[in-house]
Amino acid sequence: MFGNFDFQAIVRGWHALIFEGLAFTLEVTFLAMIGGTILGTVLAMMRLSSIKPLAWFSGAYVNLLRSVPLVMVIFWFYFMAPYIGAWIIGAERPVQVGAFASALITFILFEACYYCEIMRAGIQSIPAGQANAGYALGFSYWQVMRLVILPQAFRNMLPVLLTQTIVLFQDVSLVYIISLPDFVTIASKIAQRDNRLVEMYLFVAVVYFALCLALSYVVRRLRARLTIIR
Amino acid sequence: MEKDEKTDEKAPPMILLDKVGKHYGNFRVLSGCSMQVAKGEVVVVCGPSGSGKSTLIKCVNGLEPFQEGEIFVNGVSVGAASTDLSKLRSHVGMVFQNFELFPHMTILENLTIAQIKVIKRDKAEAEQRAVELLHRVGLRIHATRFPGQLSGGQQQRVAIARALAMDPICMLFDEPTSALDPEMISEVLDVMTELAQDGMTMMCVTHEMGFAKRVAHRVAFIDQGEIVEDVSKDEFFDHPRSERAAQFLSRILHH
Repeated sequence: MFGNFDFQAIVRGWHALIFEGLAFTLEVTFLAMIGGTILGTVLAMMRLSSIKPLAWFSGAYVNLLRSVPLVMVIFWFYFMAPYIGAWIIGAERPVQVGAFASALITFILFEACYYCEIMRAGIQSIPAGQANAGYALGFSYWQVMRLVILPQAFRNMLPVLLTQTIVLFQDVSLVYIISLPDFVTIASKIAQRDNRLVEMYLFVAVVYFALCLALSYVVRRLRARLTIIR
Repeated sequence: MEKDEKTDEKAPPMILLDKVGKHYGNFRVLSGCSMQVAKGEVVVVCGPSGSGKSTLIKCVNGLEPFQEGEIFVNGVSVGAASTDLSKLRSHVGMVFQNFELFPHMTILENLTIAQIKVIKRDKAEAEQRAVELLHRVGLRIHATRFPGQLSGGQQQRVAIARALAMDPICMLFDEPTSALDPEMISEVLDVMTELAQDGMTMMCVTHEMGFAKRVAHRVAFIDQGEIVEDVSKDEFFDHPRSERAAQFLSRILHH
């Protein structure tokens, strides 16, 4: 299998692999992390809200999406998005939703469930006295959240949020099934064109491994630093 | 006692509780609690643990809801749906057992944030007021530190300064020294004593009977959710009327 390992295949392809494939994967990861964290935080606040319908909706949403494999969600959303879009804006015919937008929205909606659970734990980890102190100073609910609870919850949960982001970074490879030009898809195209499967998939695996290892090292360092501050 | 009644007649009370009752389902926490705190008066609320005194003081600024009776702070009903609770709370200072400083902000930010966000002072003015108050509680040099870097006693003094920064019309203290190491209690009580001498209206839930003797005008004794006594300080310590208060006093003073 490694007898005719051709390093040149990687040398020839690495530019496209890194600057198109990996760049795309990182872009989706980054945008989905931002969007997912924001939506997840909103969902967490809803879930902890004393307004029952909001809490119920958030709980149902999170439980539903977490019970479906991500591949199915990507697949379904890719085919459903044009119809959902048409339904939302009231158009007669299905709307054009690009594959990129479709994938990004899917990741935001899906990852928000996990970020929601993390932020919920983060919010609940802040003693009730902190909120009371905020209210006693005359803060509104939103001010208590924005100025007192969320900054602390976010800081406490940063390592876990980043760990989830590492998972997201790996999950982005699933856009392979809708042929988006991510790291894995580009590698597989080159692999098939040049008939260099081993070289390409090995290269991709090594890069994923190196990046995830480096990131989890960063998370470990961060965790240690945050515990000292607290 | 006579003196107190006179001040009551002149001005409406700063804090007025009228038959306040609260329950969680079938569990009664407070029943028929009536008392008042006149302007400039210091009232100590004491009682055995679990008697409901912390709950009572949290009802005063609406941190705990209550089902029966009414509470008025400076003439404003706390329980009424039309009351802007945030506005009311912004001029009722509160100090908590566990300090509850915001750990992600510096001491200075802890003192300025509500001034800026709630009563819309500009930053320079808020900082000036904060530094003034830190100076008053003897912690000016710690302005740039974080709460976690201060001792319990220092944190509680900062918490008092934080409440004072809003120029409150009255102050609520919820067991301000209960979480402190013994050697730090006096530094907090000294700040509170000074505050009382400056004429601040204060309602203090505390076990510090020495403080009550020195500073309080009146003492309210609460047991099993009921205010059993609400009398002048001297009367409370010298001739407690009820059996329960007498028992409580003998236990707390002769241990």
